[in-house]
Amino acid sequence: MKKISYREAMREALREALAADSRVFLMGEDVGRYGGTYAVTKGLLQEFGPERIRDTPLSELGFTGAGIGAALGGMRPIVEVMTVNFSLLALDQIVNTASLYRHMSGGQFSVPLVIRMATGAGRQIAAQHSHSLENWYAHIPGIKVLAPATVEDARGMLAPALADPDPVIIFEHAALYNVEGELPEPWSTDIKSAMVRRPGSAVSLITYGGSLPKTLKAADMLGKDGIDAEVIDLRVLRPLDDETVMASVRKCRRAVIVDEGWKTGSLAGELMARIVEQAFYELDAPLARVCSEEVPIPYARHMEEAALPQPDKIVAAAKGLFG
Amino acid sequence: MTIAPPPSGPVPWEREFALGMVRDMLRIRRMEERAAELYGEQKIRGFLHLYIGEEAVATGAIHALQAEDNIVATYREHGHALLRGMPMRTIMAEMFGKREGCSRGRGGSMHLFDAKLRLYGGNAIVAGGLPLAVGLALADKLHEVKRVTACFFGEGAMAEGAFHEALNLAVLWRVPALFCCENNLYAMGTALARSESQTDLCAKAASYGVPTTKVDGQDIVAVHEAAKQAQAHVREGKGPFFVEFQTYRYRAHSMFDPELYRSKQEVEEWKTRGPLHTYTARLKTEQKISEEDFLALDAEVAKEVEDAVAFAEAGSWEPVEDLTRDVTAA
Repeated sequence: MKKISYREAMREALREALAADSRVFLMGEDVGRYGGTYAVTKGLLQEFGPERIRDTPLSELGFTGAGIGAALGGMRPIVEVMTVNFSLLALDQIVNTASLYRHMSGGQFSVPLVIRMATGAGRQIAAQHSHSLENWYAHIPGIKVLAPATVEDARGMLAPALADPDPVIIFEHAALYNVEGELPEPWSTDIKSAMVRRPGSAVSLITYGGSLPKTLKAADMLGKDGIDAEVIDLRVLRPLDDETVMASVRKCRRAVIVDEGWKTGSLAGELMARIVEQAFYELDAPLARVCSEEVPIPYARHMEEAALPQPDKIVAAAKGLFG
Repeated sequence: MTIAPPPSGPVPWEREFALGMVRDMLRIRRMEERAAELYGEQKIRGFLHLYIGEEAVATGAIHALQAEDNIVATYREHGHALLRGMPMRTIMAEMFGKREGCSRGRGGSMHLFDAKLRLYGGNAIVAGGLPLAVGLALADKLHEVKRVTACFFGEGAMAEGAFHEALNLAVLWRVPALFCCENNLYAMGTALARSESQTDLCAKAASYGVPTTKVDGQDIVAVHEAAKQAQAHVREGKGPFFVEFQTYRYRAHSMFDPELYRSKQEVEEWKTRGPLHTYTARLKTEQKISEEDFLALDAEVAKEVEDAVAFAEAGSWEPVEDLTRDVTAA
């Protein structure tokens, strides 16, 4: 095992994909000369050249659509939309074209496109740069939504995403890029399953993406108080792996969902509904969730922290289930 | 609005080719006239956008393309699909919602697709096809394939951001895309001057550094000759090209449109410039076609239409058990 950052893991995955398949190319704003807004693509321009590490103008709708067209035309494009905030400008092409072409054409066309984008808050960059809208995309049939939360998933999810015949969106939480971890060999390339990140028996803490480290910390805190929490990392937000979630909930009989999205209309809400549909009689307590407060993400550090899920809030929510 | 005189002048084509153009415009016209009737009979439902009046554009332009070229079209694409080579039966069955349609009845009138014919829709988001066309052309450029991607769109699309982004990318990357603007003067009910600050659409496109041509879209000779030159420019690797085809829609925007935004008189005046009858008259002057020839062609087309309708009628409904297929591969 080697120690590697989430950023480096993603870069290695990109390098491997570009080297392995001449159909693969990367395009997006400042992916080339600038080296990537989050420095993920640093050095790739020198290695693969400007045709394959393609800088685009600020045209999220245009270059996402061009990625769809290139995928239809036999390429395997990776489109980097700098952040989820700017992906709203590309929403039409993703929702009205990429996700629909297979179905509207009666199965004739598929769009093997990978879209990567940073997501999430926690870096004091204020409301317009701090959205967590993964759930909007997870609502759409026809696309897969991935949320790598570990260096292993940052390294391993890109190759199967590129091999997938349908559009896949990869959400990289911006707070994770500097996180270092041990990369096992071989690493997992699973893009179907949720995973147990910490086994436990008293309460299921179900989360994904940037909230995973916070949830693991909360589980440690609960452990010190004698509550053995299990942590589930969803990893794949669409389609959801109900089986792993329900197995954990049936075992622990209590569950807290942790989701950086706003509570109203959240992925957390969807998970709660599924648990109620599938495991209601096996619950010993009402379900709970920790989401972002219903406020645009503020700039000031103490206010931003107060708006987001934090380990102490997760601990409090879990303890609340034990009466 | 002053309306120009009807297209006139010599037809520089040998007889067989010239008659083929009549036949293809008639095929679109008669197929759509029948589709409108079938809409009244509730055999065809949903939206139905007719191309009647604009036939010279698709006919002239698609005859200038090669079979392996890509076509990206809009929701007013019955004619484009037909002339690309989709059997009329398949189009009609799709409009009926039958399994024998090109998209198994999942798409309908607005979503005609054919992978083998390289017809990429049937896109019902105005300007939605433009970025896609840039990507298709980019793929061909990267693969070093000498193919043209022809993208059809209405002038309404030129008010969308997607148009500007796509033109900018196409020129920056010098991709082999042919942008075919079908300017029928109305974006649904909004007249050109009410939707564009710059009504000279070629000037607007030219601001991105793309070469442009403005053509009388009611004159199939002008359309075809301009499209031939434009596609040659693109195919030779000289980058994208923009053509504005000035045309007119004789029917309502869709079957739901009461046409409050234009006068009957305007429509009638435009009909004097109809692409089919003015072209046929020119051929008659040159004695390339007789009334008997025309009637024979029309009878042949009528047969094709009735055969297509019978095929669609006899088609089957996809079983509801199959509802969730073709959402993702697995």
